[in-house]
Amino acid sequence: MSDSAATISVRIPVRATAQRRSRPSLTPYALVAPALTLMLMMLLGPLAGVIALSFTDYQLGAPSLSWIGLANYHEMFADKVFWISLRNTLVYVGIVVPGAVTAGLAIALLIQSGTSLRSLYRTIYFLPVMATLIAMAVVWEFMLHPQFGLVNGVLREVGISGPSWLQGRSTALYALCAIGIWQAAGFNMVLFLAGLVSIPKQLYEAAEIDGASSAWARFRLVTWPLLRPVTTFVVVISGIRSFQVFDTVHVLTKGGPSKSSEVLIHTMYTEGFEFFRSGYAAALAVVFLTFILLLTLIKSRLADRGAQYA
Amino acid sequence: MTGSAKISLWSVVRHILLIAGAIVILLPFVWMISTASKPPSEVFSSELRLIPRDFALWENLRTAFAKANLWRFLLNGVIVTISIFVLQVLVALPAAYALAKLRFIGRNALFALVLFGILIPPQATAIPVFLLLHKLGILDSYAALVLPFTISVFGIFLMRQFFRNVPDDLVDAARIDGISEFGIVWRVMLPAAIPAVTAFGIFSVVAHWNDYFWPLIVLNSEHLRTPPLAVAHFRNAEAGTDYGALMAAAMVVVAPLLVAFLFAQRRFVEGIALTGIK
Repeated sequence: MSDSAATISVRIPVRATAQRRSRPSLTPYALVAPALTLMLMMLLGPLAGVIALSFTDYQLGAPSLSWIGLANYHEMFADKVFWISLRNTLVYVGIVVPGAVTAGLAIALLIQSGTSLRSLYRTIYFLPVMATLIAMAVVWEFMLHPQFGLVNGVLREVGISGPSWLQGRSTALYALCAIGIWQAAGFNMVLFLAGLVSIPKQLYEAAEIDGASSAWARFRLVTWPLLRPVTTFVVVISGIRSFQVFDTVHVLTKGGPSKSSEVLIHTMYTEGFEFFRSGYAAALAVVFLTFILLLTLIKSRLADRGAQYA
Repeated sequence: MTGSAKISLWSVVRHILLIAGAIVILLPFVWMISTASKPPSEVFSSELRLIPRDFALWENLRTAFAKANLWRFLLNGVIVTISIFVLQVLVALPAAYALAKLRFIGRNALFALVLFGILIPPQATAIPVFLLLHKLGILDSYAALVLPFTISVFGIFLMRQFFRNVPDDLVDAARIDGISEFGIVWRVMLPAAIPAVTAFGIFSVVAHWNDYFWPLIVLNSEHLRTPPLAVAHFRNAEAGTDYGALMAAAMVVVAPLLVAFLFAQRRFVEGIALTGIK
């Protein structure tokens, strides 16, 4: 306390001179100018732009555009493809989030429950996070090949004839979910490992003294409650990431067969960059953005509540 | 006695479960290498074999490099990811320094904008940014791949948090030595922030090396393709005909980051875990 007070009293005159010298200058503004300009040009401007555009009939290359109010939204809500796409996106999120969060937590707990080979396991489970998803999607496609693929080959060994996973209307979306979980589990594992390491060891000892002898009791009484904020966080992050699913869909199914794996960003991409219906695609982007911001809002709400209990 | 028996039993179960999971995780990588090493006769066989009878990896790699200009695409990947990272640092560091250490009117508003910007997913602004690049006449160029990402609000946020922990004395001492505010950013703050810059660099390079969405939208020309785009085109041209070469191409695209990761695992995990903060 007195130490820091001493530092401050020594520092004040120095600071004052430094500031007197820099106050009239425009230095801070010069330092932030490039960032601010680019931010307005590439982020905030386009954000306002996408909202404005969603109220117009603009098509790329068209000489003019006119304000059409909510017409894009009316068209969207009347379009079956939009609802299929939204439903598929929610199904994808609804499967990948619990799948990848549970897998990430289970792997982290297993790794942390012993001491041997920790870093080897961590490395292995983290590999899919690093690997270029497009390249690995192509590998998965071959593994899921109906005739020469590994998956159906293994199924054949045990007497099951596997379906054409990515070409089947009832399986395509779920095959994409499996790839999504495979890719995201390791990322969640790392976040959970960080959370587990930060739990004080004494709490486990105290719980044991208080009679929590089984591993399950210790998990229920110590690990799970203390991991709650991390879990919330991982759930929301996974939700936001899986809402953005696009790469695997675009390269493996193009949303097919018959729209069975069509998802929101893919619909937006098709409308905006293949049909060049910029206005309509902007309306889809606004819907997407709303969902993402909603998830973020939930996160900060839960984070506040967590902080109150802590 | 029973306690230690229980512990050793658990450690066996732990390894069994973790190995089972590891097999699932590694399978696509193993199968990629295995298929890339097989001649077509073995690829198109319903018999399951991990180790090929005839080792054809070099033939498949040669075919892949002959059919697609892979060197060029890898070079494009390097050019684009490095340019993005360097420009991100050039733009973000001065702003982060001003936000962390200088007092000026509008500082809090600017920081609020930065925090808000982190929430915006890149897909949401893709259409207007595309139209802007179209207006500027720079679609289908390196500039189109790099320019939209030169601003990283996340990078500004990250560096600002780091700079706040740099002692003011260090900055004041530099001022007394007559170093300008611009000089302080590069000669005092940057050296102090190397760990944070490294972590951010790994995060940035991995994200943009693997990015598919944006190159897909802005590129037309073959010679500008980035590695993920190259694999996707290779797949569209070759799937169903030459899986061996396709898997070899996938291997080539995945390899640089995976090799780098194996050499500096801890740094990579830290860098990628940053996305968690985002």
